[in-house]
Amino acid sequence: MTTKKGIEVSIAASIAAKLARVEVIAAYPITPQTHIVEHLSEIVANGELEAAYVNVESEHSAMSACVGASAAGARTFTSTSAQGMELMHEILFIASGMRLPIVMAAVNRALSSPLSIWGDHSDVMAARDTGWIMLFCENGQDVVDSIIMAFKIAEDRRVLLPVMVNLDGFSLSHVIEPIDLPSQEEVDSFLPPYNPLYTLHPDKPVTMGAYAMPELYTEAKYGQEMAIYNSKAVVKEVMDQFSKQFGRTYKPVETYNVENADTVLIALGANNENFKTAIDALKEEGKELGLISPRLFRPFPAEELLNALRGKKTVAVMERVMPGGAMNGPLFNEIASLVITNGLNIRLENYICGLGGRDVQTYEIVEAYDEIVSSKKVVHADNKNFGVIGVRS
Amino acid sequence: MAKPMDQYKWHELKVGCVIEEVGNAVEYKTGDWRSSKPVWSDEKCIKCGLCWLFCPDAAIYQKDDGLYTANLDYCKGCGICAKECKPGAITMVEEER
Repeated sequence: MTTKKGIEVSIAASIAAKLARVEVIAAYPITPQTHIVEHLSEIVANGELEAAYVNVESEHSAMSACVGASAAGARTFTSTSAQGMELMHEILFIASGMRLPIVMAAVNRALSSPLSIWGDHSDVMAARDTGWIMLFCENGQDVVDSIIMAFKIAEDRRVLLPVMVNLDGFSLSHVIEPIDLPSQEEVDSFLPPYNPLYTLHPDKPVTMGAYAMPELYTEAKYGQEMAIYNSKAVVKEVMDQFSKQFGRTYKPVETYNVENADTVLIALGANNENFKTAIDALKEEGKELGLISPRLFRPFPAEELLNALRGKKTVAVMERVMPGGAMNGPLFNEIASLVITNGLNIRLENYICGLGGRDVQTYEIVEAYDEIVSSKKVVHADNKNFGVIGVRS
Repeated sequence: MAKPMDQYKWHELKVGCVIEEVGNAVEYKTGDWRSSKPVWSDEKCIKCGLCWLFCPDAAIYQKDDGLYTANLDYCKGCGICAKECKPGAITMVEEER
C-alpha cells in the first residue's frame, strides 16, 4: 500500500518511466520542454536507472534514435511537446509502420505562430493519424498509471505499436498534484521485461523498414491498420488488469453524470476536470449535463462511445484546437461520423476552447450549456459551424 | 521471397514487414529496369577496372581473360561505366524488346 505524495506531474511521469525500467531514453530539450526528460537525465546520471540516455541534436533525431533503440530490442521512452512533436512528425509514421513499441509522453501544447509555450491540443491533433495508439490523461495519477500501462499495451505481441500518452501542457505537466506512486515491486509484477519479436542483432540478421513496391504497400498498410484496430481488446485487458492490481479503474471511455443528462459534452484531456466542476455547478441549479471522456483516442473507441451516446439528445464536442479551415474540429468530425453512420438522432454542437493556455472557466461552460440546450447561437458568431468559447468579438 | 510480391495477402506479411531471409535482394532482378546496356570493345579496353569500380550496383565483373562485362540480371543501364571509361571502350546500346 502506497500513499499519495505531492509531486509535479512531469517529475511523476519521469518516475513512472523509471518504474517501467526503460532502457533507452533519447531526447533533445527544444523549447518548450518539460521536466520529464530533464528529470530522467538526473535519474540516469545518479545511477538510479540502468539506461542509455541519448542526447541527440533535434527532436527528429530523438524519435529516430528511439526507432533504432526499439528495433534493437530496448524498452524505449521519450517525451516531447508542440514544435518538437512537429519535428518528429516524419518519424512518428516510421515508428508505427515498423511496429516498434516506443512509449512517448506527449505534453500537449499550442503550435507557433504566434509563439506560445502554453497548453492546447494543436500538436497531438496534427499527429492523430500517425498510427500511434493514443491515451489521454485528466490528472497526474492518470499520467503515471498510463505510462506504466502504455508499455504493457505497446509490447504485447498482439499489438506491437507505439503508444503516445497525452497530457495537457502546464495545466497538467507543471502542476503539483497528490499522486500515488506504485512501488518497484508492484510495477515489476505488472510489467514483465520486454521480449521483442524481432531485433537487430548480428547473430540473426533481419531487414527492418524495407521498401515496398506498389504490389505490397496496400497489404502492408492494411496489416498495420488491422493491428491498431485489434489493439483495443488489449488496451481494455491491460486497463482491467491494472484496475485489479492497483485498485484504480481505467476504461477506454469514461463518463460523468451521463445517466442523468440528455445533453453531454465530449472532450479529451485535463479540461475535463473543469467540465466536471461546471457539471456540478449546473446540477446545483437543477440543470443536468453529462461528460464523455475518451481516455483512448486511437484506436477510436467506437462501440464504447456509441454505448455512452445512445439516447442522448444533444452532444457538444469541446476541442482545444482550431479547425484550420475544416468544417469542424477533428474530434467533432469523428463523433459526427460515428453518430451519422450508426443512424443516431443526436444534435451535434462543436466548441473550441482553451487554446494556447486559455483557461476554461466554469461560468463559460454554464453559459455554453444554456446556448446548447436553447440552440440559440450566441457563441456561434460569424456563420461558422463551431463556436469559440471566450473569444472577444 | 517465397512467391511473387503480388500474391501475398496482408496477413502473410511479417509484423512491421520485417524480412527474415538474409541477402534476398539478389532475387530481385533489377536488370528489368534497363533501357540500354553497356557493350565493351575488347580492342579498346585497357583493363584498368574503372568501370568495375564505379558501377553502383556491383553488376560489372572481370572475366578470366582480364576483360570486363556486366551481369545483365542486375545492370540497370545507368551508363556510369561508359561515362567513366577513359579509352571509350564502353558504348550504351539501346535494348530491343
